[in-house]
Amino acid sequence: MRIRDHPILEFKRGKKIHFYFNGKKLYGYEGESISASIVANGIHVLSRSLRYKNPRGFFCGIGKCSSCLMNVDGIPNVRTCITPLKEGMEVRTQEGYADLPSVSFRGRKKKKIETDVLVIGAGPAGLTSAIEAAKQGVRVLLVDENPRIGGQLVKQTHKFFGSKEEFAGKRGIEIAEILGRKVQEDENIDVLLQTTAFGYYENGKDNFHLFGLVKRVDGEEEVYKVECKSAIFACGAMENMLVFPGNDLPGIYGAGGVQTLMNVYGILPGKKVLMVGSGNVGLIVSYQLLQAGAEVVCIVEAMPRIGGYHVHAAKVRRCGVPILTSHTIVEAKGKERVESAVIGRIDEKWNVIKGSEREIECDTICLAVGLSPSIKLIAQTGAEVRFIPEAGGYVALHNKFMETTKKGIFVAGDASGVEEASIAIVEGKIAGFSAAKFSLGERVEEKDIEKHLRRLNELRAGPFGERGRKAKEKILAMMERRRWDIRRTV
Amino acid sequence: MGYKEDGVISIDDLKLPNEEQLKKGVAIVECLENIPCNPCVEACPFGAITMRDLNDTPKVNYDKCTGCKRCIAVCPGLAIFVVKLEGEDALISLPYEFLPVPKKGDVVFALDREGKVRGNAKVEEVRKVGKTHIITIRTKKEDAMVVRNIRVVK
Ligand SMILES: Cc1cc2nc3c(=O)[nH]c(=O)nc-3n(C[C@H](O)[C@H](O)[C@H](O)COP(=O)(O)OP(=O)(O)OC[C@H]3O[C@@H](n4cnc5c(N)ncnc54)[C@H](O)[C@@H]3O)c2cc1C
Ligand code: SF4
Ligand code: SF4
Ligand code: FES
Repeated sequence: MRIRDHPILEFKRGKKIHFYFNGKKLYGYEGESISASIVANGIHVLSRSLRYKNPRGFFCGIGKCSSCLMNVDGIPNVRTCITPLKEGMEVRTQEGYADLPSVSFRGRKKKKIETDVLVIGAGPAGLTSAIEAAKQGVRVLLVDENPRIGGQLVKQTHKFFGSKEEFAGKRGIEIAEILGRKVQEDENIDVLLQTTAFGYYENGKDNFHLFGLVKRVDGEEEVYKVECKSAIFACGAMENMLVFPGNDLPGIYGAGGVQTLMNVYGILPGKKVLMVGSGNVGLIVSYQLLQAGAEVVCIVEAMPRIGGYHVHAAKVRRCGVPILTSHTIVEAKGKERVESAVIGRIDEKWNVIKGSEREIECDTICLAVGLSPSIKLIAQTGAEVRFIPEAGGYVALHNKFMETTKKGIFVAGDASGVEEASIAIVEGKIAGFSAAKFSLGERVEEKDIEKHLRRLNELRAGPFGERGRKAKEKILAMMERRRWDIRRTV
Repeated sequence: MGYKEDGVISIDDLKLPNEEQLKKGVAIVECLENIPCNPCVEACPFGAITMRDLNDTPKVNYDKCTGCKRCIAVCPGLAIFVVKLEGEDALISLPYEFLPVPKKGDVVFALDREGKVRGNAKVEEVRKVGKTHIITIRTKKEDAMVVRNIRVVK
């Protein structure tokens, strides 16, 4: 269902175009992704699981979960959630394993780019990294998989917290525009969108790093070899999944997937939504669903207390949405898509209390149960990664300058530990500065970044910042210990 | 049950203004946690909202506050309301980010902090700041600290 009127957003839809879904003629708009258009047509089954042929639907919306793989114009396994819809496209669901493509793959050009600093990810961390690095007079290449600049920010219709320096009081979408404009106006920064960094390679030179990038334009793929003196991983985080019977039914979405459909494309995933998780993400997405015209049946939270800020909880409560703490989802029911959900109260040991289960009617279940840093590509560089629960999972160890254990490889934002955009903005400034200095062969000292470090302390000082504070303390302590270990072995 | 369990604060959680101050009209700030946020402090032209540091909770000086409503739309938590007593009525100004937007003179449902309908209220004023509307409604005096939202009667 397409959202027509929205209190905050205006959807500038492109030209109306047609395409074929399993032979049936459907309509969508230019600028939409293939699977967004399909969902807008009220179709929720995008694929079937390999072994049991269970129906699968749109889940993550950012090309990470593979539940939207379809055959597009004869090419199998296309991630339809990040592939733009084109006039006359033939889209088919795949049953089981895909066949070898019947059309030959188009020839791929390979280009080489040399730059000083490569920034991977154009969310708040990547944007401020690029701006800060460019200020030092070096050349910067900023790449992002998505067609739009801003990372998570492009989906955030609510006003942000923090202080003036981090754009508090402004909506996420506005922050993305402000930073995006700065980046595009900066002569030292080149931007490549719809471009995925996919690999790290040996290149035999000590002071250079080599990355492989692929850019998708009009169904063509261009491959780039990027040689850089330093690189910043600002690639954000991925959503967590929850285990319960029926969790793969179409109609079950990650919170980010719902946000992408609803706030980027103006498509409502369903009418009656059960939200799982009462952290800030669960609370904010619930509020955004209400704004878009959906009903949020209730929010369940396994912990005995609401996880997010009270001010966010109060917004949804005064619209009549109940928040049930010490409750969880027991099961999702439905044939080809979600028709209802069973929820129940849990005890201190997280067991569902017998007799407390009840079935509630809903067509959509939204999971907002946390994020884990994206680290696959960082790990490939050889930077040391460790499991830090407070950071949200595995992260690359890094020092105050945001440099990992691999020389010249830096991290910033959620990729370095899941926190907030305000933190990502400041970490990006540090990483951008340090990476630029590194590429110039200049030393950085703590006094150069002192004001940013102070700012981070301020932002993390409250009770909600404790998790992030602990994560960074652990990471720094591990770095310190590692340094000693290395000295001893030398 | 506290607000951390069900998301609803009780009046006892707030430091309320006195009758005189309420007659003038003052900001009621329902922001009780130590979160890193301060646009309300920066927005107030009269220095009526203060904070020790970024994570402190905002404190309103009800003598300095003029009820100008400037802080309402900048608050990302949508946690600020301006309440003014007028005889047996209460005028409540609240942030509103839904459709449809009511017009001056419309009668709307007045909702409490749990979204339950407390009765009807008349819309006295509609201001637009960016994409947020500030709606001022007239309700009964006894609902001054109860009503915190509206729903447009369709
Ligand atoms: C619902 C919700 C509400 C939020 N509200 C607030 C708030 O009020 N205040 C606040 O401070 N924070 C808030 N946040 C958190 C904030 O959005 C994130 O902390 C912040 O966006 C992290 O920034 P980042 O730059 O690290 O990552 P992201 O914004 O996630 O950006 C990462 C980017 O990297 C790209 N990328 C990843 N891998 C690759 C690759 N291999 N090649 C190319 N590109 C790649 C991704 O496509 C993405 O665009 C909220 C988050 C959510 C989900
Ligand atoms: S209503 Fe006006 S004077 Fe009162 S706290 Fe808000 S901005 Fe300040
Ligand atoms: S702006 Fe709103 S949420 Fe932020 S501190 Fe002030 S009252 Fe609280
Ligand atoms: S990869 Fe497309 S929905 Fe997850």
